[in-house]
Amino acid sequence: MAKEHQFELRLYIAGQTPRSVTALKNITKYCNEHLDGKYTIEIIDLLKNPQLAEGDQIFAIPTLVRKVPVPIRKIIGDLSNEEKVLVGLNIRPLARKK
Amino acid sequence: MRQKLLLEFPKTPTGIDGLDEVTGGGFPKGRPTLVCGSAGCGKTLFGMQFLAKGISEYNEPGVFMSFEETKNDLAQNVKSLGIDLEKLIADNKLRIDHVRIERTEIEETGEYDLEGLFIRLNHAIDSIGARRVVLDTIESLFGGIQNSAVLRSELRRLFRWLKEKGVTTVITGERGDKTLTRQGLEEYVSDCVILLDFRIIEQIATRRLRIVKYRGSTHGTNEYPFLIDQDGISVLPITSLKLEHTVSDEIISTGLAELDMLFDKGGFYKGSSMLLTGSAGTAKTILASYFTLSSCKRKDKTLYLSFEESPEQLVRNMQSVGINLSPYLKSKMLHIHSSRPSLQGLEMHLLILHKLIEKLKPKTVIVDPISSLLSVGSIGEVRDMLVRLIDLLKTNNINAYFTSLTHESTLEEKDLTVNAVSSLADIWITLKNKKQDKQRGRCLRIVKSRGMGHESGTQYFSISSNGIKLEKNKKLLTHLES
Repeated sequence: MAKEHQFELRLYIAGQTPRSVTALKNITKYCNEHLDGKYTIEIIDLLKNPQLAEGDQIFAIPTLVRKVPVPIRKIIGDLSNEEKVLVGLNIRPLARKK
Repeated sequence: MRQKLLLEFPKTPTGIDGLDEVTGGGFPKGRPTLVCGSAGCGKTLFGMQFLAKGISEYNEPGVFMSFEETKNDLAQNVKSLGIDLEKLIADNKLRIDHVRIERTEIEETGEYDLEGLFIRLNHAIDSIGARRVVLDTIESLFGGIQNSAVLRSELRRLFRWLKEKGVTTVITGERGDKTLTRQGLEEYVSDCVILLDFRIIEQIATRRLRIVKYRGSTHGTNEYPFLIDQDGISVLPITSLKLEHTVSDEIISTGLAELDMLFDKGGFYKGSSMLLTGSAGTAKTILASYFTLSSCKRKDKTLYLSFEESPEQLVRNMQSVGINLSPYLKSKMLHIHSSRPSLQGLEMHLLILHKLIEKLKPKTVIVDPISSLLSVGSIGEVRDMLVRLIDLLKTNNINAYFTSLTHESTLEEKDLTVNAVSSLADIWITLKNKKQDKQRGRCLRIVKSRGMGHESGTQYFSISSNGIKLEKNKKLLTHLES
Protein backbone atom coordinates (compact mmCIF):
# COMPACT_ATOMS: atom_id res chain seq x y z
CA MET A 1 0.00 0.00 0.00
CA ALA A 2 2.72 2.39 1.00
CA LYS A 3 4.67 1.46 -2.08
CA GLU A 4 1.87 2.58 -4.35
CA HIS A 5 2.15 6.05 -3.01
CA GLN A 6 5.87 6.26 -3.50
CA PHE A 7 6.79 8.82 -6.16
CA GLU A 8 10.09 8.72 -8.00
CA LEU A 9 10.83 12.00 -9.67
CA ARG A 10 13.73 13.18 -11.74
CA LEU A 11 14.54 16.77 -12.43
CA TYR A 12 16.74 17.46 -15.41
CA ILE A 13 18.65 20.72 -15.32
CA ALA A 14 21.60 22.23 -17.14
CA GLY A 15 23.68 24.07 -14.59
CA GLN A 16 22.36 26.24 -11.79
CA THR A 17 20.25 28.54 -13.93
CA PRO A 18 17.55 30.67 -12.29
CA ARG A 19 14.90 28.54 -13.99
CA SER A 20 16.36 25.32 -12.67
CA VAL A 21 16.59 26.73 -9.17
CA THR A 22 12.97 27.89 -9.35
CA ALA A 23 11.84 24.52 -10.66
CA LEU A 24 13.57 22.65 -7.87
CA LYS A 25 12.19 25.01 -5.28
CA ASN A 26 8.68 24.60 -6.67
CA ILE A 27 8.65 20.83 -6.89
CA THR A 28 10.16 20.44 -3.43
CA LYS A 29 7.45 22.68 -2.07
CA TYR A 30 4.60 20.78 -3.79
CA CYS A 31 5.95 17.44 -2.71
CA ASN A 32 6.34 18.51 0.88
CA GLU A 33 2.82 19.82 0.89
CA HIS A 34 1.05 16.98 -0.88
CA LEU A 35 3.15 13.82 -0.79
CA ASP A 36 3.97 13.68 2.88
CA GLY A 37 7.54 12.47 2.40
CA LYS A 38 6.59 9.58 0.09
CA TYR A 39 8.80 10.69 -2.73
CA THR A 40 12.36 10.92 -4.00
CA ILE A 41 13.75 13.61 -6.27
CA GLU A 42 16.85 12.89 -8.26
CA ILE A 43 18.51 15.88 -9.83
CA ILE A 44 20.41 15.30 -13.05
CA ASP A 45 22.66 18.04 -14.31
CA LEU A 46 23.08 17.47 -18.03
CA LEU A 47 26.11 19.71 -18.17
CA LYS A 48 27.85 17.07 -16.07
CA ASN A 49 26.16 14.01 -17.58
CA PRO A 50 25.08 14.88 -21.12
CA GLN A 51 24.76 11.21 -22.07
CA LEU A 52 21.72 10.87 -19.79
CA ALA A 53 19.56 13.17 -21.91
CA GLU A 54 18.84 10.62 -24.60
CA GLY A 55 17.44 7.93 -22.33
CA ASP A 56 14.55 9.98 -21.00
CA GLN A 57 14.09 11.84 -24.29
CA ILE A 58 14.93 15.21 -22.77
CA PHE A 59 14.87 18.19 -25.09
CA ALA A 60 13.66 21.02 -22.87
CA ILE A 61 15.25 22.37 -19.69
CA PRO A 62 14.09 22.13 -16.99
CA THR A 63 12.14 18.87 -17.34
CA LEU A 64 10.55 16.97 -14.51
CA VAL A 65 10.04 13.27 -15.16
CA ARG A 66 7.77 11.06 -13.11
CA LYS A 67 9.42 7.64 -13.35
CA VAL A 68 7.22 5.94 -10.77
CA PRO A 69 4.34 5.34 -10.77
CA VAL A 70 4.18 4.42 -14.43
CA PRO A 71 3.30 5.59 -17.03
CA ILE A 72 6.07 8.10 -17.37
CA ARG A 73 4.91 11.71 -17.33
CA LYS A 74 6.93 14.77 -18.18
CA ILE A 75 6.49 18.37 -17.23
CA ILE A 76 8.63 20.97 -18.87
CA GLY A 77 9.18 24.49 -17.56
CA ASP A 78 9.94 26.05 -14.20
CA LEU A 79 6.84 24.37 -12.68
CA SER A 80 5.39 27.71 -11.57
CA ASN A 81 1.78 26.64 -12.04
CA GLU A 82 1.01 24.39 -9.08
CA GLU A 83 -2.29 23.07 -10.36
CA LYS A 84 -0.84 22.05 -13.69
CA VAL A 85 2.06 20.27 -12.02
CA LEU A 86 -0.23 18.35 -9.70
CA VAL A 87 -2.53 17.36 -12.51
CA GLY A 88 0.45 16.47 -14.66
CA LEU A 89 1.91 14.22 -11.97
CA ASN A 90 -1.50 12.97 -10.94
CA ILE A 91 -1.06 14.01 -7.31
CA ARG A 92 -4.20 14.53 -5.29
CA PRO A 93 -3.76 17.81 -3.48
CA LEU A 94 -3.88 17.24 0.26
CA ALA A 95 -4.31 20.91 0.97
CA ARG A 96 -7.84 20.93 -0.39
CA LYS A 97 -8.97 18.23 1.99
CA LYS A 98 -8.53 20.64 4.83
CA MET B 1 41.63 40.51 -53.62
CA ARG B 2 37.91 40.41 -53.46
CA GLN B 3 37.89 38.00 -56.33
CA LYS B 4 40.28 35.77 -54.47
CA LEU B 5 38.13 35.73 -51.38
CA LEU B 6 35.14 34.71 -53.45
CA LEU B 7 37.08 31.94 -55.04
CA GLU B 8 38.13 30.59 -51.71
CA PHE B 9 34.64 30.31 -50.25
CA PRO B 10 35.05 27.09 -48.30
CA LYS B 11 32.76 24.25 -49.30
CA THR B 12 32.05 20.76 -48.13
CA PRO B 13 31.56 18.05 -50.78
CA THR B 14 28.00 16.76 -50.61
CA GLY B 15 28.74 13.17 -51.53
CA ILE B 16 25.83 13.27 -53.93
CA ASP B 17 26.84 12.62 -57.53
CA GLY B 18 26.53 15.72 -59.63
CA LEU B 19 25.48 18.07 -56.84
CA ASP B 20 29.01 19.29 -56.23
CA GLU B 21 29.20 20.38 -59.84
CA VAL B 22 25.93 22.25 -59.59
CA THR B 23 26.88 23.99 -56.36
CA GLY B 24 30.43 24.67 -57.42
CA GLY B 25 32.00 22.42 -54.81
CA GLY B 26 29.34 21.51 -52.29
CA PHE B 27 27.49 22.96 -49.31
CA PRO B 28 28.85 25.99 -47.45
CA LYS B 29 31.41 24.59 -45.05
CA GLY B 30 30.55 24.90 -41.38
CA ARG B 31 27.12 26.37 -42.07
CA PRO B 32 23.57 25.11 -42.22
CA THR B 33 21.89 24.18 -45.48
CA LEU B 34 18.14 23.77 -45.74
CA VAL B 35 16.80 20.96 -47.90
CA CYS B 36 13.07 21.20 -48.38
CA GLY B 37 10.51 19.29 -50.35
CA SER B 38 7.16 17.56 -50.13
CA ALA B 39 6.65 14.13 -48.58
CA GLY B 40 8.48 11.35 -50.34
CA CYS B 41 10.87 13.48 -52.32
CA GLY B 42 13.96 11.95 -50.76
CA LYS B 43 14.90 14.40 -48.01
CA THR B 44 15.89 11.82 -45.42
CA LEU B 45 17.86 9.85 -47.95
CA PHE B 46 19.55 13.04 -49.05
CA GLY B 47 20.69 13.66 -45.50
CA MET B 48 21.75 10.07 -44.97
CA GLN B 49 23.83 10.03 -48.11
CA PHE B 50 25.47 13.29 -47.11
CA LEU B 51 26.60 11.65 -43.89
CA ALA B 52 27.45 8.20 -45.24
CA LYS B 53 29.53 9.56 -48.11
CA GLY B 54 31.08 12.08 -45.78
CA ILE B 55 32.34 9.18 -43.70
CA SER B 56 33.38 6.85 -46.50
CA GLU B 57 34.88 9.37 -48.89
CA TYR B 58 36.01 12.33 -46.84
CA ASN B 59 36.49 10.74 -43.42
CA GLU B 60 34.17 13.23 -41.77
CA PRO B 61 32.11 11.64 -39.00
CA GLY B 62 28.48 12.67 -38.79
CA VAL B 63 25.51 12.98 -36.47
CA PHE B 64 21.98 12.24 -37.61
CA MET B 65 19.33 13.70 -35.36
CA SER B 66 16.03 12.23 -36.35
CA PHE B 67 12.76 13.72 -35.24
CA GLU B 68 10.66 11.24 -37.15
CA GLU B 69 12.11 7.82 -37.77
CA THR B 70 13.74 5.55 -35.24
CA LYS B 71 17.26 4.26 -35.61
CA ASN B 72 16.03 0.84 -36.70
CA ASP B 73 13.68 2.25 -39.31
CA LEU B 74 16.43 4.40 -40.72
CA ALA B 75 18.84 1.48 -40.85
CA GLN B 76 16.24 -0.61 -42.68
CA ASN B 77 15.45 2.14 -45.14
CA VAL B 78 18.97 2.86 -46.25
CA LYS B 79 20.14 -0.74 -46.27
CA SER B 80 18.79 -1.16 -49.77
CA LEU B 81 21.14 1.60 -50.87
CA GLY B 82 24.17 -0.19 -49.55
CA ILE B 83 24.60 1.95 -46.45
CA ASP B 84 25.31 -0.13 -43.37
CA LEU B 85 24.33 2.16 -40.51
CA GLU B 86 25.07 -0.34 -37.79
CA LYS B 87 28.65 -0.71 -38.94
CA LEU B 88 29.15 3.03 -39.18
CA ILE B 89 27.79 3.41 -35.67
CA ALA B 90 29.97 0.58 -34.36
CA ASP B 91 33.02 2.22 -35.95
CA ASN B 92 32.23 5.42 -34.06
CA LYS B 93 31.79 7.32 -37.29
CA LEU B 94 28.10 7.94 -37.01
CA ARG B 95 25.71 8.78 -34.20
CA ILE B 96 21.97 8.60 -34.58
CA ASP B 97 19.84 10.31 -31.99
CA HIS B 98 16.13 9.83 -32.29
CA VAL B 99 14.28 12.67 -30.61
CA ARG B 100 10.81 11.45 -29.78
CA ILE B 101 8.35 13.94 -28.42
CA GLU B 102 5.13 12.42 -27.19
CA ARG B 103 2.60 15.19 -26.93
CA THR B 104 0.36 13.23 -24.62
CA GLU B 105 2.90 12.63 -21.89
CA ILE B 106 4.18 16.17 -21.71
CA GLU B 107 2.76 19.04 -19.72
CA GLU B 108 4.11 22.57 -19.99
CA THR B 109 4.18 25.01 -17.14
CA GLY B 110 6.35 28.06 -16.78
CA GLU B 111 9.42 29.06 -18.64
CA TYR B 112 11.78 26.66 -20.35
CA ASP B 113 14.26 26.47 -23.18
CA LEU B 114 15.54 23.71 -25.44
CA GLU B 115 18.93 23.42 -23.82
CA GLY B 116 18.35 19.67 -23.52
CA LEU B 117 18.38 19.38 -27.29
CA PHE B 118 21.56 21.41 -27.51
CA ILE B 119 23.22 19.22 -24.93
CA ARG B 120 22.23 16.06 -26.74
CA LEU B 121 23.49 17.36 -30.05
CA ASN B 122 26.66 18.70 -28.54
CA HIS B 123 27.33 15.42 -26.80
CA ALA B 124 26.73 13.45 -29.99
CA ILE B 125 29.01 15.74 -32.01
CA ASP B 126 31.81 15.74 -29.48
CA SER B 127 31.70 12.02 -28.79
CA ILE B 128 32.77 11.16 -32.35
CA GLY B 129 34.31 14.43 -33.50
CA ALA B 130 31.55 14.97 -36.05
CA ARG B 131 32.03 17.40 -38.93
CA ARG B 132 28.59 16.89 -40.45
CA VAL B 133 25.15 17.05 -38.89
CA VAL B 134 21.70 16.28 -40.25
CA LEU B 135 18.50 17.41 -38.53
CA ASP B 136 15.58 15.50 -40.00
CA THR B 137 12.87 17.04 -39.84
CA ILE B 138 13.24 19.64 -37.14
CA GLU B 139 9.79 21.03 -37.88
CA SER B 140 8.34 18.07 -36.05
CA LEU B 141 9.10 20.01 -32.89
CA PHE B 142 6.25 22.35 -33.74
CA GLY B 143 3.87 19.46 -33.30
CA GLY B 144 5.24 18.60 -29.87
CA ILE B 145 5.79 21.96 -28.26
CA GLN B 146 2.99 24.37 -27.51
CA ASN B 147 4.98 27.53 -27.04
CA SER B 148 6.02 28.31 -30.59
CA ALA B 149 7.54 31.66 -29.60
CA VAL B 150 10.07 29.84 -27.45
CA LEU B 151 10.60 27.27 -30.16
CA ARG B 152 11.29 29.86 -32.81
CA SER B 153 13.79 31.77 -30.78
CA GLU B 154 15.44 28.51 -29.78
CA LEU B 155 15.70 27.39 -33.39
CA ARG B 156 17.36 30.65 -34.25
CA ARG B 157 19.78 30.05 -31.41
CA LEU B 158 20.33 26.47 -32.56
CA PHE B 159 21.32 27.44 -36.08
CA ARG B 160 23.63 30.12 -34.74
CA TRP B 161 25.12 27.61 -32.36
CA LEU B 162 25.69 25.09 -35.16
CA LYS B 163 27.54 27.75 -37.12
CA GLU B 164 29.73 28.55 -34.14
CA LYS B 165 30.36 24.87 -33.69
CA GLY B 166 31.61 24.85 -37.28
CA VAL B 167 29.74 21.75 -38.39
CA THR B 168 28.26 21.54 -41.87
CA THR B 169 24.58 20.94 -41.28
CA VAL B 170 21.74 19.75 -43.45
CA ILE B 171 18.32 20.65 -42.09
CA THR B 172 15.34 19.12 -43.80
CA GLY B 173 11.94 20.72 -43.94
CA GLU B 174 8.52 19.77 -45.24
CA ARG B 175 7.29 21.93 -48.05
CA GLY B 176 4.52 24.36 -47.13
CA ASP B 177 1.60 25.70 -49.13
CA LYS B 178 3.01 29.04 -50.06
CA THR B 179 6.35 28.99 -48.32
CA LEU B 180 9.31 26.72 -48.89
CA THR B 181 8.79 25.07 -45.53
CA ARG B 182 5.70 24.81 -43.37
CA GLN B 183 7.16 26.74 -40.48
CA GLY B 184 9.17 29.18 -42.53
CA LEU B 185 12.53 27.70 -41.60
CA GLU B 186 14.05 29.43 -44.60
CA GLU B 187 13.96 32.58 -42.52
CA TYR B 188 16.49 31.14 -40.12
CA VAL B 189 18.68 29.19 -42.47
CA SER B 190 19.72 31.65 -45.05
CA ASP B 191 23.03 30.43 -46.35
CA CYS B 192 21.92 27.75 -48.73
CA VAL B 193 18.46 26.49 -49.60
CA ILE B 194 17.82 23.50 -51.85
CA LEU B 195 14.39 22.50 -53.04
CA LEU B 196 13.55 18.94 -53.99
CA ASP B 197 10.56 18.30 -56.15
CA PHE B 198 8.73 15.19 -57.21
CA ARG B 199 6.21 15.51 -59.98
CA ILE B 200 4.46 13.48 -62.58
CA ILE B 201 4.49 14.70 -66.15
CA GLU B 202 2.43 12.66 -68.55
CA GLN B 203 2.45 9.69 -66.20
CA ILE B 204 6.20 9.69 -65.90
CA ALA B 205 7.64 10.56 -62.54
CA THR B 206 10.50 12.99 -62.45
CA ARG B 207 12.46 14.22 -59.51
CA ARG B 208 14.01 17.61 -59.74
CA LEU B 209 16.33 19.66 -57.61
CA ARG B 210 16.78 23.41 -57.57
CA ILE B 211 19.12 25.64 -55.62
CA VAL B 212 16.90 28.43 -54.39
CA LYS B 213 19.62 30.33 -52.70
CA TYR B 214 23.31 30.10 -52.04
CA ARG B 215 24.72 33.07 -50.25
CA GLY B 216 28.23 34.08 -51.20
CA SER B 217 28.55 31.65 -54.04
CA THR B 218 27.56 31.27 -57.63
CA HIS B 219 25.41 28.29 -58.41
CA GLY B 220 23.42 26.78 -61.21
CA THR B 221 19.92 28.19 -61.29
CA ASN B 222 18.23 25.55 -63.36
CA GLU B 223 16.12 22.68 -62.22
CA TYR B 224 18.26 19.60 -62.27
CA PRO B 225 16.75 16.16 -62.59
CA PHE B 226 17.86 13.65 -60.01
CA LEU B 227 17.54 9.94 -59.66
CA ILE B 228 17.22 7.62 -56.69
CA ASP B 229 18.45 4.14 -57.41
CA GLN B 230 20.51 1.43 -55.70
CA ASP B 231 23.48 3.77 -55.50
CA GLY B 232 21.49 6.51 -53.80
CA ILE B 233 20.83 9.97 -55.16
CA SER B 234 22.55 11.32 -58.23
CA VAL B 235 21.94 14.68 -59.79
CA LEU B 236 22.29 15.26 -63.48
CA PRO B 237 24.00 18.52 -64.14
CA ILE B 238 23.06 20.15 -67.38
CA THR B 239 26.45 19.82 -68.94
CA SER B 240 28.46 22.80 -69.87
CA LEU B 241 27.38 23.47 -73.40
CA LYS B 242 30.76 24.66 -74.43
CA LEU B 243 32.39 23.46 -77.56
CA GLU B 244 35.74 22.70 -76.09
CA HIS B 245 36.28 19.02 -76.68
CA THR B 246 39.53 17.84 -78.15
CA VAL B 247 39.37 16.27 -81.59
CA SER B 248 41.16 13.37 -83.10
CA ASP B 249 42.58 12.84 -86.58
CA GLU B 250 42.40 9.11 -86.20
CA ILE B 251 40.09 7.34 -88.63
CA ILE B 252 37.91 4.43 -87.62
CA SER B 253 35.98 2.05 -89.80
CA THR B 254 32.22 2.12 -90.30
CA GLY B 255 32.40 -1.63 -89.97
CA LEU B 256 31.74 -2.13 -93.66
CA ALA B 257 34.75 -1.82 -95.97
CA GLU B 258 32.63 -0.80 -98.93
CA LEU B 259 30.99 1.95 -96.93
CA ASP B 260 34.36 3.18 -95.66
CA MET B 261 35.36 3.77 -99.23
CA LEU B 262 32.62 6.31 -99.76
CA PHE B 263 34.50 8.59 -97.41
CA ASP B 264 37.64 10.28 -98.65
CA LYS B 265 39.68 9.21 -95.69
CA GLY B 266 38.25 5.71 -95.50
CA GLY B 267 36.04 6.00 -92.42
CA PHE B 268 34.89 8.33 -89.64
CA TYR B 269 36.98 10.50 -87.42
CA LYS B 270 37.35 8.96 -84.04
CA GLY B 271 35.04 10.53 -81.49
CA SER B 272 32.57 11.86 -84.02
CA SER B 273 28.84 11.48 -83.81
CA MET B 274 27.05 9.78 -86.58
CA LEU B 275 23.39 9.78 -87.50
CA LEU B 276 21.65 7.15 -89.54
CA THR B 277 18.10 7.93 -90.61
CA GLY B 278 15.58 5.91 -92.53
CA SER B 279 12.07 4.53 -92.45
CA ALA B 280 11.15 1.13 -91.07
CA GLY B 281 13.08 -1.78 -92.54
CA THR B 282 15.89 0.15 -94.17
CA ALA B 283 18.64 -1.75 -92.35
CA LYS B 284 19.48 0.86 -89.74
CA THR B 285 20.09 -1.67 -87.01
CA ILE B 286 22.19 -3.83 -89.31
CA LEU B 287 24.48 -0.95 -90.17
CA ALA B 288 24.68 -0.05 -86.51
CA SER B 289 25.63 -3.63 -85.74
CA TYR B 290 28.43 -3.52 -88.29
CA PHE B 291 29.77 -0.54 -86.47
CA THR B 292 29.38 -2.35 -83.16
CA LEU B 293 31.24 -5.36 -84.48
CA SER B 294 34.13 -3.35 -85.83
CA SER B 295 34.38 -1.42 -82.60
CA CYS B 296 34.53 -4.66 -80.64
CA LYS B 297 37.15 -6.03 -83.00
CA ARG B 298 39.27 -2.97 -82.33
CA LYS B 299 38.92 -3.91 -78.65
CA ASP B 300 37.01 -0.71 -77.97
CA LYS B 301 34.45 -1.19 -75.24
CA THR B 302 31.03 -0.73 -76.75
CA LEU B 303 27.71 0.20 -75.21
CA TYR B 304 24.61 -0.56 -77.25
CA LEU B 305 21.40 1.08 -76.10
CA SER B 306 18.47 -0.63 -77.61
CA PHE B 307 15.02 0.86 -77.23
CA GLU B 308 13.29 -1.70 -79.39
CA GLU B 309 14.93 -5.07 -79.03
CA SER B 310 16.10 -7.13 -76.12
CA PRO B 311 19.77 -8.16 -76.12
CA GLU B 312 18.96 -11.76 -77.12
CA GLN B 313 16.70 -10.65 -79.88
CA LEU B 314 19.29 -8.29 -81.27
CA VAL B 315 22.01 -10.92 -81.22
CA ARG B 316 19.76 -13.49 -82.88
CA ASN B 317 18.58 -11.13 -85.58
CA MET B 318 22.06 -10.00 -86.44
CA GLN B 319 23.19 -13.59 -86.68
CA SER B 320 20.83 -13.94 -89.63
CA VAL B 321 22.87 -11.46 -91.64
CA GLY B 322 26.20 -12.90 -90.63
CA ILE B 323 27.02 -10.57 -87.76
CA ASN B 324 28.01 -12.53 -84.71
CA LEU B 325 27.93 -10.36 -81.63
CA SER B 326 27.63 -13.05 -78.97
CA PRO B 327 31.39 -13.68 -78.38
CA TYR B 328 31.86 -10.00 -77.59
CA LEU B 329 28.86 -10.01 -75.35
CA LYS B 330 30.42 -12.90 -73.45
CA SER B 331 33.84 -11.28 -73.23
CA LYS B 332 32.11 -8.14 -71.88
CA MET B 333 33.55 -6.08 -74.71
CA LEU B 334 29.98 -5.34 -75.68
CA HIS B 335 27.26 -4.30 -73.31
CA ILE B 336 23.70 -4.17 -74.56
CA HIS B 337 21.30 -2.17 -72.45
CA SER B 338 17.68 -2.58 -73.43
CA SER B 339 14.91 -0.51 -71.96
CA ARG B 340 11.51 0.79 -72.90
CA PRO B 341 11.58 4.48 -73.70
CA SER B 342 8.40 5.07 -71.74
CA LEU B 343 9.84 3.45 -68.62
CA GLN B 344 11.31 6.74 -67.48
CA GLY B 345 11.44 10.35 -68.36
CA LEU B 346 14.02 11.66 -70.74
CA GLU B 347 16.35 12.87 -68.06
CA MET B 348 16.30 9.51 -66.43
CA HIS B 349 17.41 7.89 -69.65
CA LEU B 350 20.18 10.39 -69.87
CA LEU B 351 21.11 9.86 -66.25
CA ILE B 352 21.22 6.10 -66.70
CA LEU B 353 23.36 6.57 -69.76
CA HIS B 354 25.61 8.84 -67.73
CA LYS B 355 26.01 6.18 -65.10
CA LEU B 356 26.56 3.40 -67.63
CA ILE B 357 29.24 5.45 -69.33
CA GLU B 358 30.90 6.13 -66.03
CA LYS B 359 30.79 2.49 -65.06
CA LEU B 360 31.72 0.83 -68.33
CA LYS B 361 33.87 3.58 -69.82
CA PRO B 362 32.95 2.64 -73.38
CA LYS B 363 34.75 3.97 -76.44
CA THR B 364 31.69 3.57 -78.60
CA VAL B 365 28.03 4.20 -77.81
CA ILE B 366 25.17 3.21 -80.06
CA VAL B 367 21.63 4.43 -79.50
CA ASP B 368 19.09 2.53 -81.52
CA PRO B 369 16.80 4.26 -82.30
CA ILE B 370 17.01 7.71 -80.83
CA SER B 371 13.59 8.56 -82.26
CA SER B 372 11.93 6.31 -79.68
CA LEU B 373 12.68 8.92 -77.10
CA LEU B 374 10.31 11.27 -78.86
CA SER B 375 7.48 9.31 -77.35
CA VAL B 376 8.45 10.49 -73.87
CA GLY B 377 9.08 14.13 -74.43
CA SER B 378 8.36 17.12 -76.54
CA ILE B 379 10.64 17.97 -79.40
CA GLY B 380 12.27 20.75 -77.41
CA GLU B 381 13.04 18.44 -74.54
CA VAL B 382 14.35 15.72 -76.81
CA ARG B 383 16.61 18.14 -78.57
CA ASP B 384 17.80 19.46 -75.27
CA MET B 385 18.56 15.99 -74.10
CA LEU B 386 20.34 15.06 -77.28
CA VAL B 387 22.52 18.12 -77.11
CA ARG B 388 23.49 17.07 -73.63
CA LEU B 389 24.01 13.49 -74.67
CA ILE B 390 26.18 14.38 -77.64
CA ASP B 391 28.07 16.83 -75.49
CA LEU B 392 28.68 14.14 -72.92
CA LEU B 393 29.93 11.71 -75.54
CA LYS B 394 32.10 14.29 -77.25
CA THR B 395 33.80 15.47 -74.10
CA ASN B 396 34.64 11.85 -73.37
CA ASN B 397 35.81 11.29 -76.93
CA ILE B 398 33.33 8.50 -77.47
CA ASN B 399 32.23 7.43 -80.92
CA ALA B 400 28.52 7.99 -81.07
CA TYR B 401 26.22 6.21 -83.45
CA PHE B 402 22.54 7.10 -83.50
CA THR B 403 19.82 5.63 -85.62
CA SER B 404 16.56 7.41 -86.15
CA LEU B 405 13.30 6.22 -87.58
CA THR B 406 11.73 8.52 -90.13
CA HIS B 407 8.38 8.19 -91.78
CA GLU B 408 8.27 7.51 -95.44
CA SER B 409 5.41 9.87 -95.99
CA THR B 410 7.01 12.94 -94.47
CA LEU B 411 9.87 14.74 -96.00
CA GLU B 412 13.11 14.02 -94.24
CA GLU B 413 13.67 17.69 -93.54
CA LYS B 414 10.35 17.91 -91.73
CA ASP B 415 10.94 14.96 -89.50
CA LEU B 416 11.19 15.97 -85.88
CA THR B 417 14.11 13.88 -84.72
CA VAL B 418 16.02 14.49 -87.87
CA ASN B 419 15.47 18.16 -87.28
CA ALA B 420 16.69 17.87 -83.75
CA VAL B 421 19.75 15.75 -84.34
CA SER B 422 20.99 16.36 -87.85
CA SER B 423 22.64 19.65 -87.06
CA LEU B 424 24.40 18.11 -84.08
CA ALA B 425 25.70 15.07 -85.89
CA ASP B 426 29.03 15.11 -87.70
CA ILE B 427 28.05 12.50 -90.22
CA TRP B 428 24.59 11.89 -91.55
CA ILE B 429 23.61 8.98 -93.74
CA THR B 430 20.06 8.42 -94.95
CA LEU B 431 18.67 5.07 -95.93
CA LYS B 432 15.77 4.57 -98.33
CA ASN B 433 13.72 1.85 -99.89
CA LYS B 434 13.03 2.49 -103.55
CA LYS B 435 10.65 0.62 -105.77
CA GLN B 436 12.61 -0.75 -108.66
CA ASP B 437 11.18 -3.17 -111.19
CA LYS B 438 8.51 -4.28 -108.71
CA GLN B 439 11.28 -5.10 -106.26
CA ARG B 440 12.52 -3.30 -103.27
CA GLY B 441 15.79 -1.57 -103.88
CA ARG B 442 17.77 -0.44 -100.91
CA CYS B 443 19.90 2.62 -101.13
CA LEU B 444 21.92 4.91 -98.94
CA ARG B 445 23.23 8.40 -99.34
CA ILE B 446 25.71 10.38 -97.33
CA VAL B 447 24.14 13.73 -96.58
CA LYS B 448 27.03 15.24 -94.75
CA SER B 449 30.40 14.43 -93.36
CA ARG B 450 32.13 17.14 -91.40
CA GLY B 451 35.77 17.69 -92.20
CA MET B 452 35.95 15.10 -94.94
CA GLY B 453 34.93 14.75 -98.55
CA HIS B 454 32.47 12.01 -99.39
CA GLU B 455 30.72 10.26 -102.21
CA SER B 456 27.57 12.22 -102.86
CA GLY B 457 25.57 9.89 -105.07
CA THR B 458 23.00 7.34 -104.06
CA GLN B 459 24.46 3.91 -103.43
CA TYR B 460 22.37 0.80 -103.88
CA PHE B 461 22.93 -2.18 -101.67
CA SER B 462 21.50 -5.59 -100.95
CA ILE B 463 21.23 -7.68 -97.83
CA SER B 464 21.79 -11.42 -97.73
CA SER B 465 22.77 -13.91 -95.06
CA ASN B 466 26.31 -12.77 -95.70
CA GLY B 467 25.41 -9.25 -94.80
CA ILE B 468 25.26 -5.97 -96.66
CA LYS B 469 26.72 -5.71 -100.12
CA LEU B 470 27.01 -2.43 -101.92
CA GLU B 471 26.30 -2.64 -105.62
CA LYS B 472 29.41 -1.59 -107.31
CA ASN B 473 28.79 1.37 -109.49
CA LYS B 474 31.29 2.76 -111.89
CA LYS B 475 32.83 5.25 -109.57
CA LEU B 476 33.25 2.74 -106.81
CA LEU B 477 34.90 0.28 -109.17
CA THR B 478 37.49 2.78 -110.22
CA HIS B 479 37.99 3.62 -106.61
CA LEU B 480 38.57 -0.01 -105.76
CA GLU B 481 40.95 -0.56 -108.62
CA SER B 482 43.08 2.44 -107.93
